[in-house]
Amino acid sequence: MIRRQRYDVLFVAVGIAALAIGILTFLTLFVDMAVRGLPRLDLDFFTSFPSRRAANAGILSAWVGSTLVMVVTAIFAVPLGVASGVYLEEYAPKNWATDLIEINITNLAGVPSIVYGLLALGLFVYQFGLGQSILTAGLTLALLILPVVIVATREAIRSIPQTIREGSYAVGATRWQTVRHHILPYSSPGILTGVIIGMARAIGETAPIITIGALTFIAFLPPAPLKAEPPFVSFEWLWSPFTVMPIQMFNWTSRPEAAFQANAAAAGFVLVFMTLTMNALAIWLRYRLRRSIKW
Amino acid sequence: MLRERAIELLLFGAAFVSVLTTVGIVYILVKESVVFFQHVPLADFFTDRQWTPLFDDAHFGIVVLLSGTLTSSAVALGVAIPLGTIIAIYLSEFAPFRLREAVKPVLEMLGGVPTIVYGYFALLFLTPLLQRFIPGLPGFNLLSAGIVMGIMIIPYVSSISEDAMRAVPMALREGSYAMGATRLQTALKVVVPAAFSGIASAYILGISRAVGETMILAVAAGMQPNLTFNPLEPAATITAFIVQVALGDLPHGSVGYQTIFAAGLTLMVLTLACNLAGHYLRKRFREAY
Repeated sequence: MIRRQRYDVLFVAVGIAALAIGILTFLTLFVDMAVRGLPRLDLDFFTSFPSRRAANAGILSAWVGSTLVMVVTAIFAVPLGVASGVYLEEYAPKNWATDLIEINITNLAGVPSIVYGLLALGLFVYQFGLGQSILTAGLTLALLILPVVIVATREAIRSIPQTIREGSYAVGATRWQTVRHHILPYSSPGILTGVIIGMARAIGETAPIITIGALTFIAFLPPAPLKAEPPFVSFEWLWSPFTVMPIQMFNWTSRPEAAFQANAAAAGFVLVFMTLTMNALAIWLRYRLRRSIKW
Repeated sequence: MLRERAIELLLFGAAFVSVLTTVGIVYILVKESVVFFQHVPLADFFTDRQWTPLFDDAHFGIVVLLSGTLTSSAVALGVAIPLGTIIAIYLSEFAPFRLREAVKPVLEMLGGVPTIVYGYFALLFLTPLLQRFIPGLPGFNLLSAGIVMGIMIIPYVSSISEDAMRAVPMALREGSYAMGATRLQTALKVVVPAAFSGIASAYILGISRAVGETMILAVAAGMQPNLTFNPLEPAATITAFIVQVALGDLPHGSVGYQTIFAAGLTLMVLTLACNLAGHYLRKRFREAY
């Protein structure tokens, strides 16, 4: 009896050790990058272009590029993803077409990101002639995170009780009015959680962006979206060559000089900080959601 | 009513984009691969033992890249499957509620770290560390990349396995306890077998992640094609090769350009097979109870 229970205690120890390996690795990674990278992290690092001299190099073109790509990604992924989720939960009839769409989404979630890069290279860059531009990158990442947004939207919608819909129909609302005035508002925190997680993934994606042929050394900024003379806005930046944070980090990591590796650590620190903040925000949102909603 | 119809059609159009994406992927991969296989016979692709697509004396033996992919994946799974399973059993059957709630988000974050950061960690932290214990370990090697990749995959394995174990009805555990079994005995002999198809699907989806992983390998395992199953050597994987070609300047339409689509098609077939098997198993455990 006692001996058998001893194995229980032993397993608890093994379980905690296994957890600790995972978590300690992450801490080591974070601390190692902080130690190597923090000395490089000053204002100049954010306002300088990449340079042949490591000490002068910065991430200006990279963070501007990442931001612009993320804007394009969000503009395409959020409406498409939410609309797909709403269709599948509220409209879709039970037939083969719906099954096809559902199987597709599950499979797309498992397609390696580099394959999306090949799709973009063949289709967006050459077939559609969009070139190696911010627009191409944004579209590619939008397709990549679409399954994440769709799944989050569906889960959020599914947790809304049927009585809400019945109440709405009972007062004569149409299907779209029900969606517009009840389903979407109630599911929006859940959808937001999914969108944030998707964007956190997109911001760290390297392989698909390299595959479409993004350059690794960019010492200029895309054209500004705002202008002094009418019509004040310009979309030229969509067609501009660009680089993003993970590509800049990749470029510095693959150089042998220690000084560039310090830059890589600094860029990595910024990148991890951004993705962690976004993930933490999503987790917090979900936690609040679970506590505050009582149907 | 017309407005309602139009909106429904619009929403359907949005949902259909995912189907178009799949069609697009298959179309592009197959279209470019067909041209590739007009230059390179299928038999050579599968049997040649050299991979030198950009040399004058070009050889296209995918086995070379596959060996790198399989070796690194094996190392990754050697790390992720034992650790992920132990963590899942611990969290599902032993851990107090509060600990589980606290640990799960942290594990999720482990899976959310950009892979380029893991690549940096493998190349500049783990490899130097391993070199102290394994003298003569080259700066690029499959071992270090594989270990880090394994740690990245732990959350996928543990969260799907844990879901499967928690779906096992309490009555089965209570029956086991009533017979006088301990927690560990119940976990290993009742819960794990009952959740087996779910756990297997977690493993298979883990394999699929490992096979498709790119940046960790491109950074830490080197990009030199090498027919080897020794994790202590550097070797290129299918994914690392695509990155290497994309980094260079290959003219659109050249054989070198088409090579990455043939490599991509191989990768797609491998991961698709894993994903389908994984989803089939996962569905089975869902229907069981």
